[in-house]
Amino acid sequence: MTPLIEIRKSVLVSIWFMFLTFPIMVIRVNTVENVVEWRWHNMIAIGAGSFLLSFVWRYMIRRKEQGIRRQREGAGPRLSIFQRIGQERRIFLPALTLLAVAVVVFPFLVSMYQVNIMTTAFMYIMLGLGLNIVVGVAGLLDLGYVAFYAVGAYTYALLNHHFGLNFWVCLPIGAALGAGFGILLGFPVLRLRGDYLAIVTLGFGEIIRLVLENWNEFSFGPSGISNIPRPGLFGVAFSLEAHARYIYFIVVALAVFTIFMVNRLQNSRIGRAWLALREDEIACQAMGVDKTRTKLTAFALGATWAGLAGVIFAAKTTFINPASFTIWESINILCIVVLGGMGSITGVVLGALVLVLLPEYLRAFAEYRILTFGVVLVLMMVFRPGGIVSNVRRTYQFEGPDSGDK
Amino acid sequence: MSMDFGGLRAVDRLDLMIHRGEIVALIGPNGAGKTTFFNCITGLYTPTEGDIHIHPPGGGSKRINGLKPNRVTELGLARTFQNIRLFQQMTVLENVMIGRHCRLRSGIAGAVFRPPHTVSEERQAAMDSYRILEKIGLESFVNDLAKNLPYGAQRRLEIARALATEPFLLLLDEPAAGMNPHETHELDQLILRLRETENVSILLIEHDMKLVMSLSDRIYVMDYGRKIAEGAPGRIKNDPVVIKAYLGEEYVA
Repeated sequence: MTPLIEIRKSVLVSIWFMFLTFPIMVIRVNTVENVVEWRWHNMIAIGAGSFLLSFVWRYMIRRKEQGIRRQREGAGPRLSIFQRIGQERRIFLPALTLLAVAVVVFPFLVSMYQVNIMTTAFMYIMLGLGLNIVVGVAGLLDLGYVAFYAVGAYTYALLNHHFGLNFWVCLPIGAALGAGFGILLGFPVLRLRGDYLAIVTLGFGEIIRLVLENWNEFSFGPSGISNIPRPGLFGVAFSLEAHARYIYFIVVALAVFTIFMVNRLQNSRIGRAWLALREDEIACQAMGVDKTRTKLTAFALGATWAGLAGVIFAAKTTFINPASFTIWESINILCIVVLGGMGSITGVVLGALVLVLLPEYLRAFAEYRILTFGVVLVLMMVFRPGGIVSNVRRTYQFEGPDSGDK
Repeated sequence: MSMDFGGLRAVDRLDLMIHRGEIVALIGPNGAGKTTFFNCITGLYTPTEGDIHIHPPGGGSKRINGLKPNRVTELGLARTFQNIRLFQQMTVLENVMIGRHCRLRSGIAGAVFRPPHTVSEERQAAMDSYRILEKIGLESFVNDLAKNLPYGAQRRLEIARALATEPFLLLLDEPAAGMNPHETHELDQLILRLRETENVSILLIEHDMKLVMSLSDRIYVMDYGRKIAEGAPGRIKNDPVVIKAYLGEEYVA
């Protein structure tokens, strides 16, 4: 393309942007002096900015298209940095050790605020991995995932309030109840697929929230439950700061446990059936896979992690109310899965870190925080539609009739 | 056996019998109800009227209408699809391993703790699947994604996947559709070989008359949901009713 055409394109883009942002960036009604201010300098800034950015944009798009073409010409998909690390044992083990050390040392180096943010991030790793089983692996779009999170949180809060059960007893109960509700939701939606499934699960999520909000005798309504005890350790008294670290380590341990479990589940007979179910439901049944059972296990095993995370959430914040479990929470978790890369564990972990940490650290941008966040999301979907770590599913590699393993 | 959709009778009192070790073809013009009949047998539809009985090699007899597809497959009926329905994003081996699924037992606990018997079961499944691929002649593709296979190989992979479920009756829905004459000939040999080595009976729907005539022991002809003829290939070829159904009235004379 000649430079002249390029420039003309960019000029058009900048004019279009100046026109679009004219009402909000240029006109301002000064209510103190009752005059309309015309801030023309803003328009010039936007024009120049979009003129330059449009060059960058087209350059990036062209690079991306070249990448796709190269793949098609048989160069094979380029391995991402994470895949390369995963394959090279020599790099992988030290990298893992380094990461583990960093995770352990982290809470002693930074402020309590940072520790709390990290705890939240690790909780979202658990939630993301759980939803990944349902959405990423089994291909069932679940928009009511937060309901199971709420079930876990209220399990701990209510059992503690009424019966004084402690955190460690409630943790498995929360997980079990999460799984139970997963099956409960699974039954009515067995026949549904795609959009219809999404709508019904969305409704289910809202039902749980509305019940919690309105059934005062049971859940104390919108005012929620406060003074939920933090997890204890054989009666040791913790300072507030030590407690934050303690919870941090519990969450890290559980997140690692989740990664381990989900990884094993994915690479098993059940995981294979989930994948097949996502690929083709009818063929899957015709090949002797029990659709009902496979779907229900996916829902139940996905919901288990939300139940666990819910218990931790209640223990961490010591106060819960239905407002924490809105549809936005579900969408946030879904974003983690999609942004990270559907079906990829590394991807979901990174997605959770990005989606929790980015908005926190963007606080410096004050009111532009969410805007920046949105721009990052849009850019991600344009340039890496498969997620941060896309297409890294480990396939069952057959190495010949004599060895035959991974 | 009959099948109604609302007011439409797609299959009308079709009566069909397959003996052990036989290759039977079901033919008929488009829309005659052949695939519907397949779907009824394999449990995707529940027939409105009539019965389907199977007599597995172990002896005994079982009525299978209304059973779920996966139960039907477990009992020993396996099928392929007219429009290829492979698991595109999975490897060739994994596709066949899905076929092994209903013959394996490990559950959630097995997946998590990986006790020795689960590990050996998985390894055995991979081995068995590989052996099946060897029989079908797809072993060179073993680690490729199913979607990257050439068309003819995809059709054969469907057969391999069905074989992995250890069927005694194999239902093939237009296995030669879209194949060139050379591929069709290979398929012909493959089906005959399978009957010998795998001990399966075969019911196939096919439009390629050359293939049908050379392969089948008996042929059933359907039109508008009804059976209009049945018999050996030689008889069907000259049956005026069949010729009328395929070519129309005026050609008969």
